[in-house]
Amino acid sequence: MKFSNEEIIQFLQSKTGSEVLFEVDRYNVIQAEIPVHQLYKTMNLLFKDLEFKISNLIDLCGIHYPENKGKELGVVYHLQSLQYKILLRLKVFVPIEKPDVPSITGIYAAANWMERETYDFYGINFLGHPDLRRILNMDEMVDFPMRKEFPLEDPFREDKADFHFGR
Amino acid sequence: MHTNLEYKAEFLNPDMPEIPYSILNLGPTHPATHGIFQNVLKMDGERIISGEQTIGYIHRAFEKIAERRPFYQITPLTDRLNYCSAPINNTGWYLTVEKLLNIEVPKRVDYMRVMVMELARVADHLICNSILGVDTGALTGFTYVYQYREKIYEIYEEICGARLTTNMGRIGGFERDFSPKVFELTKKFLVEFPKVWREFENLLTRNRIFMDRTIGTGPISVERALNYGFTGPNLRAAGIDYDIRSHSPYCSYEEFKFDIPVGTTGDTYDRYVVRNEEIWQSLSLIEQAIKKIEACEPGVFHADEDKYYLPPKQEVYRNMEALIYHFKIIMGEIEAPVGEVYKAVEGANGELGFYLISDGGRSPYRLHFRRPCFIYYQAFPEMVQGQMLSDAIVVMSSMNVIAGELDA
Repeated sequence: MKFSNEEIIQFLQSKTGSEVLFEVDRYNVIQAEIPVHQLYKTMNLLFKDLEFKISNLIDLCGIHYPENKGKELGVVYHLQSLQYKILLRLKVFVPIEKPDVPSITGIYAAANWMERETYDFYGINFLGHPDLRRILNMDEMVDFPMRKEFPLEDPFREDKADFHFGR
Repeated sequence: MHTNLEYKAEFLNPDMPEIPYSILNLGPTHPATHGIFQNVLKMDGERIISGEQTIGYIHRAFEKIAERRPFYQITPLTDRLNYCSAPINNTGWYLTVEKLLNIEVPKRVDYMRVMVMELARVADHLICNSILGVDTGALTGFTYVYQYREKIYEIYEEICGARLTTNMGRIGGFERDFSPKVFELTKKFLVEFPKVWREFENLLTRNRIFMDRTIGTGPISVERALNYGFTGPNLRAAGIDYDIRSHSPYCSYEEFKFDIPVGTTGDTYDRYVVRNEEIWQSLSLIEQAIKKIEACEPGVFHADEDKYYLPPKQEVYRNMEALIYHFKIIMGEIEAPVGEVYKAVEGANGELGFYLISDGGRSPYRLHFRRPCFIYYQAFPEMVQGQMLSDAIVVMSSMNVIAGELDA
């Protein structure tokens, strides 16, 4: 049995309410931006649901958009239904001054290190995480290096100035 | 031995009088861990009470570096993820970019990719299983089969000139056609290797000592494995037939005939047996791929995408358009479409995913590698809890944790 995208979206809407808008992108991935206060509830409902079985956390990563005021930092979740081949992408955005996102380690054990990695690189504070420490960088580090305010190369270097090709 | 880390593990029962447990630092550079991993184990004699891993010793900030590089320069970064099977990583990255750029590659390229990817899978599983033999005390099998990894590397060398970090292929295909020697070497490999591998299996698979060491060691249930995000052979050993090659086929895998082996208990022995069987399936896939390549029109080895595929050098010197495209590609003038792509391939030890966000520039806005090792290595303390120290070594090598992929 295979569900059509409309059926899946209808099902997802019933779990989240009309506040969230689901859409299908051109690669047949259902995605939505979801408010932070609904995240844990939605994840939990999806995990426990036995009809669509979107209960496999594939990927979790952070993202930083400095221009989106009030929604600078984000977390992207990829969920999958192994049985029905559904790929779902959920995003939450939080302000950079108070980057608090509920942790989903209570639902997925796999989220533990993924959230630690996201904290390590973006400084997103996962509330309720059992052990939120840095994981890949050293413990003494104070910055969150994947944020866009840390460019990879020093843009003011004179010896590599290359005005013609837009470096 | 003591560690300077603050150790947080709880005692099993707080009412119990405090037993002097010992803390053992396994690693970071222990010869038995095959890479730079630190495990702080809490031991009761030789039993493991609990453990905690420290990772990140070879973190190289690939995701950050990728944000400044044009797409074709990110391939060498993917080489260094799981360096035991670099061609799979390369192809996974190309498939992601091709999905973003909407490039259709010819069938022959698909088959060529299948051929190198399955060779890489054989090389990876070969190392994992023979090292598992070494960790249980059987060095002979390892020294015997290891020269066949060398033969695979000779095939890589003939295809692209490199051996370990291959940087094989280009966006849209390969940089050059496979020479006749590639097929010659591969066919020779397909004749010689099965005999050797059969002999290796005879040494280990029904060996009493090996079975006693591995059966029931480091088991994981299906539910826990799924919850921990297991993929690849480790998940299949626990009993779920999730293989991306058949779940959501890429590179024309739907045209190939292969079986997906599954285990039952998810212990070390099951992982070993599943990997063994996958080697046989891969060998059959290579054979099918060669047949399919030979049935195709010869000389097709890339997609006709002037905008993304470098023109041949002799054209660049003689032809105006080719020169322009060469210049634009090399200088990163060609801009990618805006979009978000998640593409996963079946890596040698699990689902290797690439999450690419392009904002239209020459390099990705954000690139995230979904590294299978990083996700399933979390389960290690749970799997070795209550087992012996020597079992922990065996479990670790059977999980096939590769440091480069773990730390990215």
